[in-house]
Formats: sequence, C-alpha cells, structure tokens
Amino acid sequence: MFYREAGQFKSTYQTDQAIFPIVQDRWFMALVFIVAFVVIPLVADEYWHQAIIIPFLILALAAIGLNILTGYAGLVSLGTGAFMAVGAYSTYKMSTAFPDLNIIIIFLLSGVFAAMVGMVFGAPSLRIKGFYLAVATLAAQFFILWVFNKVEWFFNYSPSGTITAPPRELFGVLVTGPEASPVARYYVCLVFLVVFAFAAKNMARGRLGRSWMAIRDMDIAAEIIGIRPLQTKLSAFGISSFYCGVAGALYIFCWLGSAETEAFDILNVSFPVLFMVIIGGLGSVLGAILGAAFITLMPIFLTNAPPMIGIHLAADLQKHIEEIILGLMIITFLIVEPAGFNRLWQIAKEKIRKWPFPY
Amino acid sequence: MSAEPTVGRKIGDVILDVANVSLSFGGVRALNGVSFDVNEGEVRAIIGPNGAGKSSMLNCINGFYKPTEGMITFKGESHHQMETYESASQGIARTFQNIALFKGMTTLDNIMTGRNLQMKKNFLWQALYFGPALKEELENREVVEKVIDFLEIESIRKTVVGRLPYGLQKRVELARALAAEPDMLLLDEPMAGMNHEEKEDMCRYILDVNDEFGTTIVLIEHDMSVVMDISDRVVVLDYGEKIADGTPDEVRANQRVVDAYLGVQHD
Repeated sequence: MFYREAGQFKSTYQTDQAIFPIVQDRWFMALVFIVAFVVIPLVADEYWHQAIIIPFLILALAAIGLNILTGYAGLVSLGTGAFMAVGAYSTYKMSTAFPDLNIIIIFLLSGVFAAMVGMVFGAPSLRIKGFYLAVATLAAQFFILWVFNKVEWFFNYSPSGTITAPPRELFGVLVTGPEASPVARYYVCLVFLVVFAFAAKNMARGRLGRSWMAIRDMDIAAEIIGIRPLQTKLSAFGISSFYCGVAGALYIFCWLGSAETEAFDILNVSFPVLFMVIIGGLGSVLGAILGAAFITLMPIFLTNAPPMIGIHLAADLQKHIEEIILGLMIITFLIVEPAGFNRLWQIAKEKIRKWPFPY
Repeated sequence: MSAEPTVGRKIGDVILDVANVSLSFGGVRALNGVSFDVNEGEVRAIIGPNGAGKSSMLNCINGFYKPTEGMITFKGESHHQMETYESASQGIARTFQNIALFKGMTTLDNIMTGRNLQMKKNFLWQALYFGPALKEELENREVVEKVIDFLEIESIRKTVVGRLPYGLQKRVELARALAAEPDMLLLDEPMAGMNHEEKEDMCRYILDVNDEFGTTIVLIEHDMSVVMDISDRVVVLDYGEKIADGTPDEVRANQRVVDAYLGVQHD
C-alpha cells in the first residue's frame, strides 16, 4: 500500500536503471545513512564501537569482496584471510617506510598489492572449478601466511613477530593505532564500506558484473558470446582481492591495532567471511552486508542474552553453548532459506508491496 | 510463409565456406570431409538423423570444436583453429539446442551480455557508473530495447530467465544472439519442443531477422515442413558425411536422403 512503484513512471532508461528506482527505497536509504553517519556515533559507546560495529563494517567489506568472487563469478575461495593479510602487511610496510604518505592512499595501494597476489593465485581458476579451486585457494591461504611468518622483513624484524599499527592522522585527526578514538576509526571504516559497496553494486550491474555472472551460469555460452574466460575470472579475483586487501588493512589499522598472522587464520577469517556470503545470499552486495551483520552480531547477542533474562552460566560453558546455538541457527537458516538473507529481504519487500492483499 | 524471396531480400556472395572439414574424437569420426558454402543473406538448413554431426558442424563453425582437418573461411578470413571467444567478434552468434541462457540473470541482463563486445569502458568507470560508462550503458540499452521490441518480449524484461517458460526462454536466447548484431546467426534446433503456434512465431522471427537485417542464417531443424518452407538451400548429413546439398525440392527428391532420413516421400 505504501511501498509500491505504481504511479512512478520512468521516461528514460537512465532513471529505469537507477540503483534505487523506487522513491520509498531512496527514503529508506537516506534514513540508513542518517543513522549510520549521525545517530550511531552519538549513541554508541566505546564497547559498541570496538566489539560490534567496527568489526562488522570491516568484515562486511571483506564479505562484499568475496561475494564478487564467489557470488557473482561463481569461484569458491578459501583464501580470503591470506588476501586480507597481504593488505595488512603491505599497509604496515608502506606506512612504516613512508610515514608521510596519506594513510588512505596507503590503504588503497595495499588493496592493489592484494589484487596482484589474488590474480596470481587465481590463475589456476581457468582450469579448475568448484571444490578443486577451493583447495587451490586454500594453498594460497597457508602459503601466504607462512611467508609472512617466516620472512622477518615483513614485520620489520620485530622480536615478537607482530605488526603494530603506527599512529597516522587524517585531516588532523588520529585515525589508526591504539590511541585513535573509536569514533574516528568508525568513520574511516564506514566511508570505506559505503563507497566500496556502491562501487561493487555499480560494477555488478554493468558490463563487468554481467560477464562474471555469465561465466558463473554457463561458461560455454559466455565464451561463444565473446566473453574471454581468463580475463573475466582474473578480473573477479583481482577486484575481490582488492576489497579483501583494504579490509585486511582496516582490520589491523582501525580495529585490532596489532596482530600476527594468526589473526588472518582460516578459522578466524576465511571461513567466517565465506559463511557471511552464503548466509547473506550469493551474488548480492546487500546480502554480504546482512550476512556480516548476522555473523558478527549473533555471538555477541548470545553472550549477552542469558544474563539479560536472569541466567548466569560459567564462562566456558556459556561459550560452548553459544557456539552450538550459532551452528544450529546457521544450519536451520540454510535449510529454511538456502538463498540467504537477500532473498528474505526481497520476499519481505514483495509482501509489503502487495499489502494488505495476499497476492 | 513462402520460399520465394521477399522484396528487398538480396542473396550475396559466399560468406562462409566450409572446405573438407573432418572432426574426430579419438576413434569416432563425427565429421568426415564435409564441404558446403553459405551465401550472404541466405537461410541455410542443415538436416540429418540424430548423431549425423549437425551440431558438431555448428560447433566447428564458431570455434568451439577445432576441426582435425579442413578449412573454414568466414568473410574471406580462413581459419583452421581459433579460440571460441573470437567467433563473436568476427560476427557469428548462435543459439543452442539445450537453452544456454544465464539462469540467474534477468531477461534484460541476458540480452545485454550480447552487447558485451561493443562495451569498452574499464572497470573504474563502471565502478563509478558515471559519465562515459553510463553513456555506453544507455546506448547499448537502447539497442537491446529494439531487439526486445522486435521479439515482443517487453513484458518479461525484468524477469529472471530461470522462471520463464520454455518457449520464451528460446526467444530470449534468440534475442541475446541478435543483440550482438551478427552477420551470421547459427540456430541449433530453434523450434525443438515447441507447439504449433510457437513454431509459427519462431519462423516469423527468423524470416524477419533475415529480411530486415539481412542476417545470414544457418539452422538445424528436425521439423521438415519448417525447413522446407523457410530455407533457401539445405545440406543433408548422415554419419558425418554430406549426402545431399541443394534447394528444398532437390533434397526432397534425392533418394539417398529419403533412405537415410526422410523415410517416405514428403508431399
């Protein structure tokens, strides 16, 4: 009744192809932006920023990156953690080597490094598909992290083997390192996520995205139309790894502050990000963000829920129950809605559109 | 439908020449020294019983299979072997026997992929979706809309093709091939599994494409009444060998074709 396209006539292809063709969608997005840019920094305290919102933003960025590769181009990757590590270590090397270089430029350059590494490890994708490709990217995961652990040059020969984010300023405000305020770091991550999410959406609905999906859905037909498989797959690997690289840089510089390669472990990063993409919905930017929200928020909710309703458990028992419940929720959800949150969102929109009539 | 050329229809010189093409898979000879040619603007049919090598022939023409022997010349350019993706830039488009649409994408997106070769802007422009990239997208959308209009599929523009009925999917596939504005269109059983009405529609579209755009058409079809009605010349294959070549009437009268494929004489 309130949410429908009736009466909104499009007279040019440009308006028909807009990201949010319906006026109510645009209002909704405006509202989301106001909440994200104004309300959250005002209300959220340090715990919320550090424990919930910043990791959510960073992992959402990585999930969008992986969704480009796995969702749009149909290439399964377990190397997310490694590509993020490439971004993080190159940011560390560059920011310590060139302290005066703007930190945003360093983040973007690190993404470019990650993209190059991603394309090298993506090269086998022309020949191998599915699980076999997943295993090949798994090799990237272990090999790259091993290199970062073994070659001391990468962590500037520090005896602990960790990399620590040096304090860097942006417009006179400290944005990286342990002393930076949570709000400043929140804004950096938020701007990156918003800009990159729109860029991903634009690529996905343009020629590049159509090529990716064509290769994913029917590679032979795509090739006969003139889509070159190697170039298309490598572009997916490159752009996906760029996103992961930037996310990895933010992961250390705007969230953890300091870390070793363990932070980019397959169980810490690669699998959770893949789950975000699957639960959120393959082939959807919004899905990646929703999936990231679910995977980062749900454990925190489960930690806080029992005390709220008056149940106090031993910490380790609580932790185990939390993992069991989270696992059960993921399984149940995937059985009920295999296409993920994005599909649920579309169904909800469809229902609102027809409300109050059943069809 | 009639076999007589409509006004304005022009048959030109040879556009595709298939010379002595053989194709083997291990010990199996799918094609054995097949030669024929296709003139510009012509509707050329390839018929034959199942397993005669018809689809293999099309696959050789657009580079999906590499012939073991022989030469294929398209628009004066000879090639013995080529990459599959090169055929599209040479001006060859095709549809498939089993629909090969991109199931997860909308009709519009599917047809837009047919314009991929005409779109050149790099990914940075596309990420911005602004300026030249937007202009390019809109220009190509306009071409696509003309094809959509031509094939009367406006109402399913934004439907995901996986949800469409079979007949419409076939039409979308034709639309995707046409969006590339090809010089030659290869149709692999465009009417398989359709009812009478859908077949009539499809015939009309094929003839219109040939007529209005002057596109050369090579088609494989099992419905003999259709083939004999719409094609100018027919090649008959059997066990990978060419057994007849000529106008529909000549082919129909050929005793070897009757024995191998048609069975009883058509009337």
